[in-house]
Amino acid sequence: MLQIKNIHASVNNKEILKGINLAIKAGEVHAIMGPNGAGKSTLSSVVAGNENFEVSQGNIVLDGEELTELSADQRAHKGVFVSFQYPVEIPGVSTTNFIKTAVSEKRKALGLPELAAKDFLKMLREKAALLQMDQKFLSRSLNEGFSGGEKKRNEIFQMAMLEPKLAILDETDSGLDIDALKVVANGVNALKSKDNAVLVITHYQRLLDYIVPDFVHVLHDGKIIKSGGKELALELEEKGYDWLIK
Amino acid sequence: MDNNDIKIAFDAFIKQHAPDVLTAKRKEAFETFTTKGFPTKKIENWKYTSLKAVLKPNYATVNTVSDNTLEQVEALLAAKSETYKLVFVNGVFQEQLSDITEEINVFSNVLKASNTEINQYFDTISDSSEAMVNLNTAFASSGAFITLANNKILAKPIELLFFAKAETPVFLQARNLIRVGENTHANIIEKHINLGEAIVLTNAVTELFAAASSHVQYTKLQNDSLLSNLVDNTSVSQQKDSIVTVNTFSFGGKFTRNNLTFHQYGSHCDSVLNGLSILDGKQFVDNHTLVNHNVPDCESHELYNAIYDEKSTGVFNGKVIVKQAAQKTNAYQQNKNILLSDTSNVYAKPQLEIFADDVKCSHGCTIGQLDDKVLFYMKQRGIPKAKAKALLFYAFANENVKAVKIPALRNEITHIIASKLDVTFDLEV
Ligand SMILES: Nc1ncnc2c1ncn2[C@@H]1O[C@H](COP(=O)(O)OP(=O)(O)OP(=O)(O)O)[C@@H](O)[C@H]1O
Ligand SMILES: [Mg+2]
Repeated sequence: MLQIKNIHASVNNKEILKGINLAIKAGEVHAIMGPNGAGKSTLSSVVAGNENFEVSQGNIVLDGEELTELSADQRAHKGVFVSFQYPVEIPGVSTTNFIKTAVSEKRKALGLPELAAKDFLKMLREKAALLQMDQKFLSRSLNEGFSGGEKKRNEIFQMAMLEPKLAILDETDSGLDIDALKVVANGVNALKSKDNAVLVITHYQRLLDYIVPDFVHVLHDGKIIKSGGKELALELEEKGYDWLIK
Repeated sequence: MDNNDIKIAFDAFIKQHAPDVLTAKRKEAFETFTTKGFPTKKIENWKYTSLKAVLKPNYATVNTVSDNTLEQVEALLAAKSETYKLVFVNGVFQEQLSDITEEINVFSNVLKASNTEINQYFDTISDSSEAMVNLNTAFASSGAFITLANNKILAKPIELLFFAKAETPVFLQARNLIRVGENTHANIIEKHINLGEAIVLTNAVTELFAAASSHVQYTKLQNDSLLSNLVDNTSVSQQKDSIVTVNTFSFGGKFTRNNLTFHQYGSHCDSVLNGLSILDGKQFVDNHTLVNHNVPDCESHELYNAIYDEKSTGVFNGKVIVKQAAQKTNAYQQNKNILLSDTSNVYAKPQLEIFADDVKCSHGCTIGQLDDKVLFYMKQRGIPKAKAKALLFYAFANENVKAVKIPALRNEITHIIASKLDVTFDLEV
């Protein structure tokens, strides 16, 4: 589904991604781990199309389609979703209206008819229930004054509403309490199908107990230095990164 | 126009007008103005605001009104009847286009015979330290004279419409005295509209008296042509339990200076100062506000938002004085500015002078750009850039717009904002 080929990316003339290769098939879950500053969030930004990062080499291909030249919103319409490590607050725009705009823009881009108001509301209620999200958050300004954990839950709620092909979850576990982590992970699992894929970025094995990866990759200094099965995460939990970095 | 030109204009004005109730006051005010002259940047309150360019043209202070102009105004008004209107063209009241009642009247109708209300209220709360107010008083003869009785809920808003149309530059003075009776609810709208191709300078003074338990919303919709300059001085006096909101929407005009002053004289009043400027080109808007908390248990809520593009400039000076007697005051002030270009400027200065100890006062001032991170977040969710900007602008402006109680006016304002920012709002956020 997703092929990342030899991606080099820099910001302010500083190279951060130094030749990343990664292939994800439909139905798979991949995890990326790695020390702070390794470039994990940068990779998600680059896949999502953040123009602050300059891609000097390489391609990103989703279902046979080259994404590199597309804007972030066009990539979103093709099915890319990022649950951000630091979700932003948007005062004055309610969560409901924000998601409604996002859903309707995506449908418009895909040539689908506008969702009827009652169908949208039904979906909104179902997905909120899936993530055990209190309805009161829906009428509040997006993320404004939300706690760290509430913001992360709201990210996955938006993912549920947008039904992406490829979801990149950047440290979605950080900030979630133990119960919330289970709820959110269950939500992600419920959305999982043979037609979509998930890329989980995390520092902790704990999340991977719930969202079980098919592959685990270690990103260090802008490169993937090791890949393995889910047992690699356990090994990293125990030994840290030193033995890999040498 | 300089201090000498204005002297000549004043002498002509006095000669033309038969002596009336205000003649003595006018002469006195003109004396005061003469000693001060037009404000310059040397005066603290005018530090960032120069009248030099504004005063450059050779303004006429009297002007005639052609039949063509009247027809044009009439056509503009034809579609709208949901307000009580007071219509002025080049400073001349147009009775046939207006809705005069016993309560909703104009200065030119009340100056002939001695009038106790004028003696009691005229020029009592306007800022006499301000030269532009003195100048306005010197020429005061045209504007609204409104006295609303007690215990009324006005069926329609009152609309004060000051049209101008001239071949050569013209200097107009508008003077309004508005009294709202006890427990009465009223909405007032003020607009200045230059229909012509000549430069207009309007110097307006409004005195608004809100009696006990009255509710007043006064909306200044400043969306004039780019040939127009406006100096506005509005003073509000509030008695106990009254709620007064002044909305100042500045979208048009080349130069605008708003002086807005609230005086709280009774306990449990609420003063709401709500301002939104959206500027581009070389537009300039200066909002100087002052809230005087004189008595205990009152509130003031001030929110001034602004968006600046291209080479526009804004000034915000928000002064709040809490007198020693004004215990339990709650005073809130917020000033938020978005600069869309490197060439736009804003000078913002909150000034809190608090002499009471048991008070809650807060103020905040922010200056920033549209946040890149926020735009990227929105695009990541599939919202294209233009739509994302529209949503953010709307949310920002709506903090002010939602305060407007009249739906038709709210709509009108929303449309102006959309076209100024070149976005479409097809959503209720
Ligand atoms: N806008 C920027 N300007 C300069 N440096 C940047 C910028 N964005 C990221 N970087 C740098 O790029 C490197 C990679 O950052 P990134 O956020 O991708 O790390 P990460 O692997 O996600 O780390 P963490 O685990 O702490 O989230 C860091 O050294 C960071 O300081
Ligand atoms: Mg990161």
